Amino acid sequence: MLGEGIIQGLMETARNFFGSYVEKERLVTVQFPEERRSLPEATRQFPFLLYDGDDPERGLRCVSCQICEKECPPRCIHIEKSKDRKPDFVGKQQFYPAVFNIDVSVCMSCQICVEVCPFDAIRMDTEFELSTSDRFGGLLWTKRELARSNEYYRQIHPTEAGECDERRAKELADAQAKAAAAAAAAAAKAAQAAAAPAAASNGAPGSGAKSEPAKKVVTQ
Amino acid sequence: MTSVAEMKAIAGPSEIMEVSMGPHHPSTHGVFRMDVRLEGERVVRLKPVFGYLHRNHEKIAEHGAYLAAIPYTDRLDYLCSMTNNWGYVLAVEKLAGLQVPERAEYIRVIVAELTRFQNHAGLIGFLLQDMGASGTPLMYAFREREKILDLFESLSGARMMCNYMRFGGVRVDCSAEWLDEVRRLVATLPRFLGEFEALLRSNEILMARTQGVGVLPRELAINAGVTGPMLRASGVNYDIRKVDKYGIYDRFDFRVPLGEHGDVYDRYMMRLLEMAETVKILEQALRNIPAGPVMDPKAKLRGLRPKVGEAYGRIESPKGELGFFLISDGSTIPYRYRVRPPSMINLTVLEDMCLGQNIADVVITLGSVDIVLGEVDR
Repeated sequence: MLGEGIIQGLMETARNFFGSYVEKERLVTVQFPEERRSLPEATRQFPFLLYDGDDPERGLRCVSCQICEKECPPRCIHIEKSKDRKPDFVGKQQFYPAVFNIDVSVCMSCQICVEVCPFDAIRMDTEFELSTSDRFGGLLWTKRELARSNEYYRQIHPTEAGECDERRAKELADAQAKAAAAAAAAAAKAAQAAAAPAAASNGAPGSGAKSEPAKKVVTQ
Repeated sequence: MTSVAEMKAIAGPSEIMEVSMGPHHPSTHGVFRMDVRLEGERVVRLKPVFGYLHRNHEKIAEHGAYLAAIPYTDRLDYLCSMTNNWGYVLAVEKLAGLQVPERAEYIRVIVAELTRFQNHAGLIGFLLQDMGASGTPLMYAFREREKILDLFESLSGARMMCNYMRFGGVRVDCSAEWLDEVRRLVATLPRFLGEFEALLRSNEILMARTQGVGVLPRELAINAGVTGPMLRASGVNYDIRKVDKYGIYDRFDFRVPLGEHGDVYDRYMMRLLEMAETVKILEQALRNIPAGPVMDPKAKLRGLRPKVGEAYGRIESPKGELGFFLISDGSTIPYRYRVRPPSMINLTVLEDMCLGQNIADVVITLGSVDIVLGEVDR
């Protein structure tokens, strides 16, 4: 019969219309600004820089190695290395970024900077309402605007932040254990060296060669 | 009132009219222009003009590391970023000799088939919209697509620009909860497909509008290098999942639907049938996915230096054969990078399909080709 197919189609439309009142999967939209969906944990928008403690200037994890700058596909990261150094979380002297800019109008949210960063210093934010009337200054984020605390990171990506914290705690413990061992070895060497001159008072070149390895351990 | 014959006598013999459809015509699915010559409503010449969305994709990839090209491949065919990633990483894996772990292969199949499903659903929605079924089918299609994109977001972090695959595996492992959610979704897909088919399959208006329109003969399809559902609608049994068996496609039991007439209706049905096969593949993959690592331990993210040579990786993307050709000179950046875009090559037969048809049929013929201008112009 002519028109049968049309009636069949209209029945489907009716089923969907009435079904949307009872079945949740037939109506998936939400009224956006009033109603919001919770974002999945993996969501990524734009990068931010992590800092430990309270001071975004001193606690910044970035050591200015510039790997992300080189690997960034659209080259939206600009880093200038500092002249001086400051201690990082394990107490090692490291450079820090004197300038760290991300041009968010160029960034394509690909997360490659996060993947290549060996210092857990850069992560992806979930914030997406970023419109601004200032095209140039407003979308060029400096070090200060990019810095976020570790607490914030734990809030937005709990699983990932937990793994990251664990890794860093282990690193810190290793470094402390190593430092303690080095200090103990140095103390033992020093005691040995103090005892040695008494035994061989005229062997000046020999004692000099002995003290050098001990020094090396300390610097490592 | 003047009759038609009198009007013709007043107007004289009909003239050829040249119409520029696009680049911002809503039916062109992007910035694409058709230079159409019309005699009355009949098309006598049609010249596709593209390049409005050219972004220098290949040259950019030749200036960055191998890793840096992956997010750019997302933006080729921006509806199917997962399959684009796969084509590229397949080429790099061939070049660098990397082995993909079992679990990663399964995850790849799952996300690629989900991509195929959402691409075909979206395409049918748009095609029916072009025919005048405005809104309703597109809304139903996008409702399902939305659910799939949500799954992509919870897996890779982004809905469309997933940037998920890496040479030697995938970026992150999927959780058991994610797999359960996919299972739940896949269980609902056959019902959606049945409804979507019943909505318009036997609709008399649709049949009158599409059958015998935009016919692509089998010989021409082969000669022009057309691939994908368009080639199969013309009756050629050619599916790279079956021919190459890349990844682990030899383990799945699925059929390749074939058309007979090569008209718009066949191309529409081809997408519906392929979606049903996709659901079959998804069910098998979700049943058999093993535990294990998702990355080749030999794979290096940074500083990958494949040995000197060349490789061609090709996959069956939802639109056809998507190929990536790479030449390595042993450095960290590809010496030559070339994409074989299915959208563009399928588009080259547009004139042959449209000659002698009405201008309104050009719109639905173009819609049935399934193009994304990001891939056509690169």
